[in-house]
Amino acid sequence: MDAVEVHRHSFQRNRDWYIDQFVQHLVFLAGISAIVLIIGIFFFITKEGMAFLFGDVSMSEVFGSMFWEPSDEDAPDYGILALIAGTASVSGLAMIVAIPFSLGAAIFIAEFSSGTTREWLKVLIELLAAIPSVVWGFIGLSILNPLIIDLFDVPVGLNVLNAGLILGLMAAPIMTSIAEDALKAVPDRYREAAEAMGATRWQITFRVVLPAAKNGLLGAVLLGVGRGFGETMAVLMATGHSVNIPGSVFDSVRALTATIAAELGETARGSEHYGALFAIGIFLFVITFVINLSADLIVRGVKES
Amino acid sequence: MHHFATTGINQRNSRTQELFRLLFMMMTVLLVLPVLIIMVTLIYKGGAIVTLDFLLSNPLDGMTAGGIFPALFGTIGLVTVALLVSVPIGVAAAIYLSEYASDTWLTRLINLAIINLAGVPSIVHALFGVGAFVIFFRFGTSILAASCTLAVMTLPVVIVATRESLQSVPMAFREACWNMGATRWQTIRRIVLPNAISGILTGVILEVSRTAGETAPIMFTGAVFFTPFLPQSVFDQTMALSLHLFVLSTQVPGVSEALPYGVALVLISIVLLMNSASIGFRMYLRGQKKW
Repeated sequence: MDAVEVHRHSFQRNRDWYIDQFVQHLVFLAGISAIVLIIGIFFFITKEGMAFLFGDVSMSEVFGSMFWEPSDEDAPDYGILALIAGTASVSGLAMIVAIPFSLGAAIFIAEFSSGTTREWLKVLIELLAAIPSVVWGFIGLSILNPLIIDLFDVPVGLNVLNAGLILGLMAAPIMTSIAEDALKAVPDRYREAAEAMGATRWQITFRVVLPAAKNGLLGAVLLGVGRGFGETMAVLMATGHSVNIPGSVFDSVRALTATIAAELGETARGSEHYGALFAIGIFLFVITFVINLSADLIVRGVKES
Repeated sequence: MHHFATTGINQRNSRTQELFRLLFMMMTVLLVLPVLIIMVTLIYKGGAIVTLDFLLSNPLDGMTAGGIFPALFGTIGLVTVALLVSVPIGVAAAIYLSEYASDTWLTRLINLAIINLAGVPSIVHALFGVGAFVIFFRFGTSILAASCTLAVMTLPVVIVATRESLQSVPMAFREACWNMGATRWQTIRRIVLPNAISGILTGVILEVSRTAGETAPIMFTGAVFFTPFLPQSVFDQTMALSLHLFVLSTQVPGVSEALPYGVALVLISIVLLMNSASIGFRMYLRGQKKW
């Protein structure tokens, strides 16, 4: 190896080394993008909602009043109590529908089926999760609405029942797949030990597998609740969108998310109404953040133990 | 071969077991049945009007008749720009997480942020898009602003799928390469990425499916109810299929009955076809694994 070649060789190594360093910094920047974005989301919605949060309307009025009448020129009301009731009632009904069905489906897929059946069921559940929110809303409007009117003999079919059923179906796939993961994470030796004691399949499922997987199942339910709170288009289209504290499942309601979606387009930037919608956004962000965080901590706790 | 006589308890147990199996099976079927019912209903009510002409012609008579070309074109444009933004960032982030990051508090924080980003409500993403892209970065209500909002929203999909497929490349491949004197980046570019590319593609197709169906994030950032012109650049506004379905079914009076069904059918077909392609591709790859 003469001097020139040695020189070129070391030059080559240096250039590669610099490229390597450069790439390492570049991918690091991309790596922290998720953190930057979460902070960015909070920053920008707070920036737009700030004027309202510290404005003339007191927070006790916002959280204490059931009147949401932001377009009233003389005395606009910004009470979100009825909107919270709308979101909570629809999400609550959705969970009543989704929890038993997705747990049942998860148990069937994880414990009672195998091979091709299992694969196909998982594919169908994944496709159910893929149906866009606006299509669900359209189904609520055009299929479920007349069906509810006919079946229950009520004047309007766009109500808590309609949106709750739709939302239940939307939340079920994620709950099923997380719950199935939790059941799969229970070691086989638990099942074998129980089987050796003479336990039947359903005894194993109920007495051994379900108690062992309970944290994961709780995480699955929490994620479903998070979905329910955040869902927008389907809830906008299927609830009937009228401000109301529901007395029964046949009452129309209005959700927090749907209010933003319906009204942001008609407000002027910087107005009180505009700020109020961003303030609702902050509220939604904080609630779903807490729900998702606790779901993650619970599910991760399962994986580590 | 029964060594023991069947007792009453055993019979009762096996009956109970069969009962529970049936119950769980019914629940599962009831859960997946809606997919089929929805597809059949949409095809039955909207299938007749979905022709090539429907896809390629403009809406007529105040959107109560005619085709959906501007909306279809807009959705393709929005998805393309969103991919151009999110795929490079998402793949690079996954490379960092899989190839560089060790298990530190920062890595855990990143993972937490990814999960939370995926859980932020779509309408909150829309508010972020308005505050950040439309107003702060001065993109205006445009394809660029809407696509950036969609990109932020679907970034976790790319990161998670890419990271998974990078991690499935065996460590021995990397070690062999490092032993030859290659740098980390050379190893990633020549060995890890080529072996993971099909898995990354699966994630990208999945992202297309997610992005195409979203409505709330684009409502105030770049998609409009109606525009007679096709967008000329990323700074123009556009129609989109998902928003078109919302508008037709809630805002426009006198729409012919089949029209929204047709739009819904086109939208759900794009989404489910992309999703099935992704699932099929993933299964095929699992069968193909050489190691």
